[in-house]
Amino acid sequence: MKSNTLFYPLLIVLAAVSLATTGCKHKPTPLTVLPGQTVPPTTTDTPLTPAPPIIQGGDTFGRKEGNIATADINLENYNQDRAAFAANTVHFKLDSSVILEKEQANVAAVAAALNSSVNNKLLIEGHCDERGTEEYNRSLGERRADALREALVGKGVPAGNIKTISYGKDKPVDTGHTEAAFSKNRRGEFILLTPKAGVPGV
Amino acid sequence: MKSQLLSLLTLTCAIMAVPTVRADDLDITVQHNHLQFGQAPIPIALSGFTGTGLEVLKFDLTVQGFSFVTPDKAAYLVHGSDAGDVSGTVAIAGGKQVILSRSYNGASIRREAHAFADEVVQAITGKPGIAETRGGVAKIAFKAQYPGGAGEIYMADFDGFGAQEVTSDRAIVAKPAWQTGRLALYYTSYARGNPDIFYHSLTTGQRRVVAGYSGLNTSAATSPDGSQLAMVLSRAGSPNIWVSNFDGKGLRRLTTGLEDSSPCWSPDGQWICFATKDHARRRLAKIPAGGGPIEYISTAGTPNPTEPDWSPDGKWIAYTSQGSEFDICVAAVDGSIRPQDLVAGQNPSWAGNSRTLVFNRGPEGRQTLSVLDVFTKQYKDCHRVAGSCSQPAWAK
Repeated sequence: MKSNTLFYPLLIVLAAVSLATTGCKHKPTPLTVLPGQTVPPTTTDTPLTPAPPIIQGGDTFGRKEGNIATADINLENYNQDRAAFAANTVHFKLDSSVILEKEQANVAAVAAALNSSVNNKLLIEGHCDERGTEEYNRSLGERRADALREALVGKGVPAGNIKTISYGKDKPVDTGHTEAAFSKNRRGEFILLTPKAGVPGV
Repeated sequence: MKSQLLSLLTLTCAIMAVPTVRADDLDITVQHNHLQFGQAPIPIALSGFTGTGLEVLKFDLTVQGFSFVTPDKAAYLVHGSDAGDVSGTVAIAGGKQVILSRSYNGASIRREAHAFADEVVQAITGKPGIAETRGGVAKIAFKAQYPGGAGEIYMADFDGFGAQEVTSDRAIVAKPAWQTGRLALYYTSYARGNPDIFYHSLTTGQRRVVAGYSGLNTSAATSPDGSQLAMVLSRAGSPNIWVSNFDGKGLRRLTTGLEDSSPCWSPDGQWICFATKDHARRRLAKIPAGGGPIEYISTAGTPNPTEPDWSPDGKWIAYTSQGSEFDICVAAVDGSIRPQDLVAGQNPSWAGNSRTLVFNRGPEGRQTLSVLDVFTKQYKDCHRVAGSCSQPAWAK
C-alpha cells in the first residue's frame, strides 16, 4: 500500500462513505423487473478509449509474450470459413497454453496461407476441456488463442489481421468425460476471414 | 451445548476487547479461527410448522448453522404456525424462557417465513440473519446454461425460488455480478458475437456494453462502494486484471502476467484478489486496488486455487480448488489457519454474514445451485431452475 500522506485520510473517507451507504435504512421499493430489452448495438454504446499501440520493433515481435494489443476487426464485414484451416487445429496439454513442437507445422501452414493473401484475416478461437472452472477456462482459452496469435505474428502475419475469441469450456467438440474427449477439446481453431463483397474500406 | 456457546461468546468478547496484538493474542485468534470450522450446529426443535413455512425455516436455518432435533436434545424450541400467515416463538429449552415472539401478515408465507427465520437467528446468536435484505428476500443472480453452450442470466431468491430471466438472447453468458447496493447487474454475454461485459439495470430493463474491446471482456466485479469495476480484459495481448469506473470509463491496467482471472475486491476496497499463474504454478494473489506489487495468498494443501471471493468481514477467501474434483475451500487472509476443504462444488459467493455462501455443484452439464454454511459444512440445494445453473452471485 502507498504510505504517503493521502493514505489515512483516504481510508477514513472510504470508511465514511461505506458506513454512510450501509447505515442508511432504504425504504423497501417494490421490485419491478421488466423483461430484458436488448439495446441495439451502436458505436456510441462501446467506450471509445483507443487500444494501446501495438508494440513495434522486429526484435520484440513473437518474443514479447502477452503484450501484443488486440486487433480491431469487425466480424460483420467478413465471411467465416471454418473448413479452410480445419485440418490445422492446434491441441494443447492440460492447463497449458504452450504450443507443442508437433503443432509448429500447423502454425506454419496457417501463416503461409495468410501471408500469401492480401485481404484475408484470421479469427482464432481458444477452447478448454471441462476440468477447469468457467472463468478460469475463459482466460485460459483466450491465452491459448493469444499464444497462437503471437506465433503467427512471429512468422510475419500482421497482428492487426488476427482476432481472438475465447469460448472457455462452452463449446467442446466432444461432450464425453474421458481423457480422449478432453484432449480433443483443448484446442485452438483457425477460422479464415474473407472480406464480404462491397464492404468499403476492408 | 449452552456452555460451548457461552465459552465461544466469551472467547469472541475476549478477542474484541484486546487492543494490541501480542503473542498470546495471536494464539487466541488462531484458536478462535480453529474453533470456527467444524463446529457443531446449534440444535433446535421445530414444531407447529407444516408446509412452505417449514420448508423455508429448515433451509434458512440449516445454512446458518442450525440442526433439527427432538425437544429433549434441543438448545432452543421454535414453535409456531404457517397456516395462513406465519407466527412463532423461540424459547430456551429447559427453562422455557421465551426470547422471541412474532406474528406476520401482509406478505406471502415464503416471505414471512424468511423474515421469521432471520429473527430466530438474531434472537439466538445475536447476529442478523441473511434471508432478508433491503426490504425483500435476499437475491442471487446466476447463469443457466443449455446443451450447446447458450444460456441466460437469471435472478432469484437466494434459495432458488421466484426465478426470473434477466436476459433473453440465447447467447453464451457468464459471471453475473451485482452492482453494490443497486438492482443492477454486470455480466458477460456473447450476444454481439464477442464476450462483452454488459451493465443491465433490473429496474428499467435497459442495458449497455461497458467493456466491449476486441478479445476477452469478462469476470466483472464491483468495488464495495459501487464506484469501480474490476474485470478481465485481453486487449493488451493477454488476459489481465483491469479496473475502470463503474460505467467503464477511466480504464487502467492492473496486472501484466500471462494469464489472470476472476478478480474480487476486499471489503475495504483496498485490495483485489485474483487467480494467476506463477511460473506455471496456479495461485491466488492480491494486488493493491490502486496498483502495486502482488502478494500471494496461502492456499497450501488445496491444489489449483481459482474463482476467489472475499468475505464481507475481510477474514476469509472462499475459492474453488481444482484437484480430481472441484472443491469449495476457504483460506484465512491472514494465514492464521490452514486452508479448509469443505464440500465438492465451484464458484462460491459469500452472503453478508461471512459464513454462508452460495455455490454450484453436481455433474457437468447438470449443475445445481446450493447454499453452504462453511463452519458446520451443512448445505442445502436450491430450488431447481431450468438448465445447468452455475456462477451464482449473492446480491450485495
